[in-house]
Amino acid sequence: MQKTTQMLERFGGVNLLPVALALLALLLIGSPSTWVTLTVAGLSMGMMIFLMASGLSLVFGLMDVLNFGHSAFVSFGAFVAASVLSALAAWNVGDNGFLNIVALLAAISAAAVFGLVAGWFFETVIIKPVYRDHLRQILITMGALIVAEQLILAIWGGSPVSVPRPAILAGSIIIGDISIEIYRVFAFGLGLLAYIVLYYALNRTRIGLLVRAGVENREMVEALGFRIDRLFVGVFMAGSALAAIGGAMWAGYETLITPALGSEMMILVFIVVIIGGLGSIEGSLLGALLVGLMGNYVAFLMPKMSLASNMLLMMAILLWRPYGLRPAVKL
Amino acid sequence: MSDTILSLEDVHTDIGQYHILHGISLQVPKGGVHVLLGRNGAGKTTTLRTIMGLWQARKGVIRFADADITGMHTSEIARLGIAYVPENMGIFGGLTVQENMRLATSNGRFDDQRLQHVFALFPAIEQFWSKAAWSLSGGQKQMLAISRAIIEPRRMILIDEPTKGLAPAIIRNMIDMFREVARDTTILLVEQNFLFARSLGRGVAVIEDGKIVHHGTMQALAADQGLQTRLLSLSLDAHQ
Amino acid sequence: MSGVPEMANAGAAGRSVAALRRTSGQVVLHLILAGIFLCLALAPFLFGDVRSQQVAARICVFIVLVASYDLLIGYTGIVSFAHTMFFGFGAYGAAMTLRAWGPGWDAILIGGAAGVLAAFVLAALIGLLSLRVKAIFFAMVTLAAASVMMVLASQLSDLTGGEDGITYRVPGLLKPATKLLTDADGKVVRLFGVALNGKIAAYYFVFLSCLVLFGVMLRIVASPLGTVLQAIRENELRAEAIGYRVVAYRTAVFCLAAVLAALAGIVWAVWLKYTGPDTALSFAIMIDVLLMVVIGGMGTMTGAVIGVTVMSLAQYYLKDLMQAGADATAALPLIPDLLNPDRWLLWLGILFILLVYFFPAGIAGTLLKKDR
Repeated sequence: MQKTTQMLERFGGVNLLPVALALLALLLIGSPSTWVTLTVAGLSMGMMIFLMASGLSLVFGLMDVLNFGHSAFVSFGAFVAASVLSALAAWNVGDNGFLNIVALLAAISAAAVFGLVAGWFFETVIIKPVYRDHLRQILITMGALIVAEQLILAIWGGSPVSVPRPAILAGSIIIGDISIEIYRVFAFGLGLLAYIVLYYALNRTRIGLLVRAGVENREMVEALGFRIDRLFVGVFMAGSALAAIGGAMWAGYETLITPALGSEMMILVFIVVIIGGLGSIEGSLLGALLVGLMGNYVAFLMPKMSLASNMLLMMAILLWRPYGLRPAVKL
Repeated sequence: MSDTILSLEDVHTDIGQYHILHGISLQVPKGGVHVLLGRNGAGKTTTLRTIMGLWQARKGVIRFADADITGMHTSEIARLGIAYVPENMGIFGGLTVQENMRLATSNGRFDDQRLQHVFALFPAIEQFWSKAAWSLSGGQKQMLAISRAIIEPRRMILIDEPTKGLAPAIIRNMIDMFREVARDTTILLVEQNFLFARSLGRGVAVIEDGKIVHHGTMQALAADQGLQTRLLSLSLDAHQ
Repeated sequence: MSGVPEMANAGAAGRSVAALRRTSGQVVLHLILAGIFLCLALAPFLFGDVRSQQVAARICVFIVLVASYDLLIGYTGIVSFAHTMFFGFGAYGAAMTLRAWGPGWDAILIGGAAGVLAAFVLAALIGLLSLRVKAIFFAMVTLAAASVMMVLASQLSDLTGGEDGITYRVPGLLKPATKLLTDADGKVVRLFGVALNGKIAAYYFVFLSCLVLFGVMLRIVASPLGTVLQAIRENELRAEAIGYRVVAYRTAVFCLAAVLAALAGIVWAVWLKYTGPDTALSFAIMIDVLLMVVIGGMGTMTGAVIGVTVMSLAQYYLKDLMQAGADATAALPLIPDLLNPDRWLLWLGILFILLVYFFPAGIAGTLLKKDR
């Protein structure tokens, strides 16, 4: 038993869970082409959720602040991107691939900029007065979420908004009898890029070192002469921007969005953060991939159980590891 | 007053609804090891945390090297040249030993001479340089915490119960080490272990229920058995 | 949070000298409570129209729901977002059996009991799993659980009626056509001009059930258990050191609150003769409960009463006011949009944030603190 455990650890330990899940699904699904389609969908969905979850996880780890209003950034990101894509419709759906990309980048940048600005506002006005007071923090961020959702309703109205997907990302790649949507590959790539950038920033830069140290012990970082609160504003803004980008990507994925989008995604984001362990982006990535794959496989096998299956996954993992699979702080 | 590096005047600190420090007045002269003795819950840790600005004094004045540091942000106090080694050592377990040390430098670069000095004092630091800090033993973690405090020149080091939970053999080594470190800085040491404190301390203050009840030289306290029993009535197991 | 322990102390100190002198804040508070109690007790006689009775019944049920939530958030410091889920368990339990077996007290009893049991078991499971870790973690777990339950309720439409919910009939006694007392002509007797029919019986079923449940909660917070809970909330580590098994106590309170919420759900289902996601499960209800508990004042049972009353009145009548405002300002730009009755949550949300900043003790807590 011990030997198996050690061997599993050597090959990546808990990181193997998504692989195990994928293999199990292959057995249950049978058809390899269906399996590939579902796996690609799961991975790309996972990466989009990762974008939304990583910021939340870091913000929590660094400052013990859980922002229940985080989903507002996701919703706003989606709607801002939708508006930009609609405004640039001529470039967006035309034949010119270059203009397609420009429109897409404009939409994503607009969402990101919005996230940065809104994140700054949120941190300084809403959250700063209630640092270190969990109860009021939960209440206030919840209140902010209510206000933000109402604002979306006031600005964009209650009816679904359609999102034109850039022409270059529409359609699928067909390999044999396997069909893969291009947009999904793109979403996966963008998520992976974000992960690599985050990983590099956290592990190879001085600011990243401070963030990782701050996640573990904020007071000690201050006692070593650094201002965590200033660092925190930056992390909060970055996290909000990532959530907004995630929302923008999700808008293009769904192509028809409603103001409820943020709160719907938030359930998955919470599950991801809980599964992965608060405060670590490795955990968020692992949790997001698990949730994305699980959701897509189960949606195919037992359509009604899709969300419930992720809930059960969360329960099981909490039983096994109460702090999640890869929490930031070693105990 | 230039001889005094740190002074507290009538400092009161509350934690939540509990009034912990009831007017601490204390003067720490420059140089050497000075010990704050007291029982569990007497307010030793609170005193150190209040000096560091981790808890705010409700009343009173704290001066460091003639500057008023009351109400200053912890990071500013630290940058005046005070290092703090908390009771739990404050090691970043997920970071490597090297990263822990690097955080304790002001610009991310090591002064090679000082680093070699630290390695000489604590060979374990060099040995585990790129290991994750959580994998160190308790004694090694304490050494890392102290190494962080001395990797740059500090005007003062506050240390909270460094002997807690450590084996007697390690504690004996620490006595020599602290003597060495105290040659070019001032150490304010919080202790319960009187034997350890006695072999190090120049000055001593005894804290009881959030007040200073005695201060003087360690020499005088060590010589006066009666005073010890009256002041410290420290549980005899601390004398073991 | 810091205001709450002080407030509890103030309450205790206040009681000991109550016979001699009450603070003006307390007098005001007690007058308000007495007024609310009288209005609810005599609602059918005071307010003739159907809408007012609906408001009164909703206030009764929500007082129980909010007070049971306050056991968690105010008395124990646990933040849960699954409270409407437990409320829904009770409501759906009663509703599903009422539809399957037809109107009867046995259906309410068995179905309700099943709902309460389900709430208890799930609460115990969630509590034992996640009350060990940080409060914030727990909040997330409950939020996730509640969301999943909501999706399940809408997907398992064979059982739950999906988005449409379930309509059913209630036992004969509670039907509007039932005559409680008849005169010589076989006509229903009128008391102060109000017909003594099943509608009145239904209202008093709601009122008395809720009164009993609220009484139970008053008893609980005054008992030694209440003291232990406050000790845990104020200092978890210290409580643990004294020897209280913090996780066990927390889980117990979580289960207790879940059971009380489920019971309130049964009463609500019987009153409405309809159970659906919007009336018993939606996240909007959770937000209402949260707003009510904060506006009224966390950590005081009286706060629940005041919070529910203020919010319910606002919900039903503020919209009218906003509509009037929107009409009056129709000529101006932007303002009518913001005063649109559909945007009322926007204003409530802003009010909520301001309250949490400036009056974290809520109405009841602020009144109790006055003149101290």
